[in-house]
Amino acid sequence: MSAVAVIVATPLIGAAVLALVPGHRLGSRLNIGFSAVTLLASLVLFGLEPSSGALFVVDAFNIYLIALTAFVGLTTSVFSAGYIAHEIAARKLDERKLRFYHAMYQAFMFTMLLALSANNLGVMWVAVEGATLTTVLMVSLYRTAASIEAAWKYFILCGVGIALALFGTILMYMAAQPVMGPGMAAMTWTELMGHVTKISPAILNLAFVFLLIGYGTKVGLAPLHAWLPDAHAEGPTPISAVLSGLLLNVALYAVLRFKMLLAANGEAIAPGPLMIAMGLASLLLAGLMLYRRRDVKRFFAYSSIEHMGIITFAFGMGGPLANFAGLLHMAMHSLTKSAIFYAVGHAVQVTGTQRIDRISGLTVSHPALGWGLLAGVVAIAGLPPFGVFMSEFLLVTSTFARQPLLALPLVVGILVAFGALVLRVQQLCFGAPGRVEGSGAPVASVPVQGTLVPLYAHLALVLVAGVWLPGPLVAWFQTVAALLG
Amino acid sequence: MSDLGYDAAHMLGAVVLLMSFALLYQRRLFSLLNVFTMQALALTATAAWQAYSHGEPHLYITALLTLVLKAILIPVALHRIVVKMKIHRTIEPALGIGLTMVAGVSLVTLSILLVLPVTADATALTRENLALSLSVVLLGLLMMISRRNAVSQVVGFMSIENGLILAAVGVAGMPLVVEMSVAFSVMVAFIIFGIFLFHIRERFDTLDMQKIESFRGESD
Repeated sequence: MSAVAVIVATPLIGAAVLALVPGHRLGSRLNIGFSAVTLLASLVLFGLEPSSGALFVVDAFNIYLIALTAFVGLTTSVFSAGYIAHEIAARKLDERKLRFYHAMYQAFMFTMLLALSANNLGVMWVAVEGATLTTVLMVSLYRTAASIEAAWKYFILCGVGIALALFGTILMYMAAQPVMGPGMAAMTWTELMGHVTKISPAILNLAFVFLLIGYGTKVGLAPLHAWLPDAHAEGPTPISAVLSGLLLNVALYAVLRFKMLLAANGEAIAPGPLMIAMGLASLLLAGLMLYRRRDVKRFFAYSSIEHMGIITFAFGMGGPLANFAGLLHMAMHSLTKSAIFYAVGHAVQVTGTQRIDRISGLTVSHPALGWGLLAGVVAIAGLPPFGVFMSEFLLVTSTFARQPLLALPLVVGILVAFGALVLRVQQLCFGAPGRVEGSGAPVASVPVQGTLVPLYAHLALVLVAGVWLPGPLVAWFQTVAALLG
Repeated sequence: MSDLGYDAAHMLGAVVLLMSFALLYQRRLFSLLNVFTMQALALTATAAWQAYSHGEPHLYITALLTLVLKAILIPVALHRIVVKMKIHRTIEPALGIGLTMVAGVSLVTLSILLVLPVTADATALTRENLALSLSVVLLGLLMMISRRNAVSQVVGFMSIENGLILAAVGVAGMPLVVEMSVAFSVMVAFIIFGIFLFHIRERFDTLDMQKIESFRGESD
């Protein structure tokens, strides 16, 4: 239990410290330091027995998400150090904003880790709400017209989503209260799991609809996805990386916790069809929208909607195999997409533009960056030997075996998105390198600021997962897949 | 529970709902803020009454927070923003009274039809309170959709939160953490909204969201 407390407390202390530290160099180093401590503490969790208390719960489901979140948090903080050094040099950000940015980054990590480890449904809600607030502030960091509009849209849509999720949480308490009596127990997830068979299924159903729509807004599921591309495109790129890689996962995690309650109840409606419908809608819509995108960050944001659709579809299908695929895909998408955003962040900085048609020939001008981006896109498109291929393959085959009719739109969606990715990555990575937007100097003359280690570390992990999954990880995924029903 | 306790709680909840209806058709920002203040006062009374009749003292804190934040601080601050930006003369398009009533009544019907059948086990007060609060939430959503001005969208958002507090105080023994968090989040939300309102003002010289929304972010 103490390890969880350390994991949650470290970023909180980090946020307080970073709010006081002047100077962006020291700030970004401390940011890396706090993230590293969080990651170390989360690795300690693997050595401990699963446990639960009034405030925190650690089980097979969230332990890997906590570790994943801490890991991506660390690599992003490394990427962020190089990124902001460039932004300072380009005079796009000043010291005061960066102090705020670093504090918010740690505050964001705090809310994510709290949401993942909270045992109390109310605390989980507060944490997701906090994550919304911190990211809204970071999305509007550049104070451009477009970034404020994006933040406003994000805030209004997710604010309403969060409100609906709270209504669902209240309903959930109302359903449990006659059985478990008033008080904290009826808000505690582990207690609810123990008594869920006695809870009236009717209110549970109603609660789940609100929770799915509410938290689903934050997952970016169609038709509630409108905030996501704007928020990704207009904020600083490290924030795009953690939004796609972490926040969407955490929101989905919240939905799944409630799905587990419904599955354990037995008499409640099967949440599957709802999730399948929303998942497929997101997949197909985002797949088609990919073709019309001109902004590179917006392009990959739509790709995130597509993948969250695939994952939601997988959990909607349910069953050991599809759930396994969903869990694996959550991890793989998180790693791959944040790697892509690291590469895109560097690419946007060296070329000075976010427009896809003005970025070209990255493999020629910056080979390490260009090939890294290419590998990332190949991975996210679902090509072997990367991990995303594994999870998509598992999902497609298990769907074909059980519901061939549902497998068709799934495959069509994946292929449509695949086409768009191949089309755009050619433009980005090959051809003759262009000139820097504004100054007109050759792109090759601008060095990549910072290190490419985070990018390649993620790609290596995704590659390893595609070739060989460690035994304990498979065992975890199988336990959780069974629990998810 | 005595009959009086039930009736009073019922009436106060209904007043909150009534104010939601009134919010829908206010065209002037000042009157909108006034109606919102009245809704917050009704909500304060509901929370205090529940605290008294159920003997749950922690609900007094909720009542106090609602009173201080939503009935006093936020309306006063929004009032000042409106004056400062000289938009108090703005008459903005809102739904007409007739249309508002039709839309509102159908949303209330919807929420009653949705809530009552599934809550057969719960007490009458809980059920009706839930139906009322769901109606307030839905009317708040309707208001956010039908308004274009940033200030009225903020008010719509907060009336949704009022509906949530109404739901939370109506369920017996709801742990304090939720109400605290709602009150807290409103405060934080307000700070952010405030910041945004000023930044929007700086950048666009308007609070009309429709003009701002024409920025698609993707320049051709």
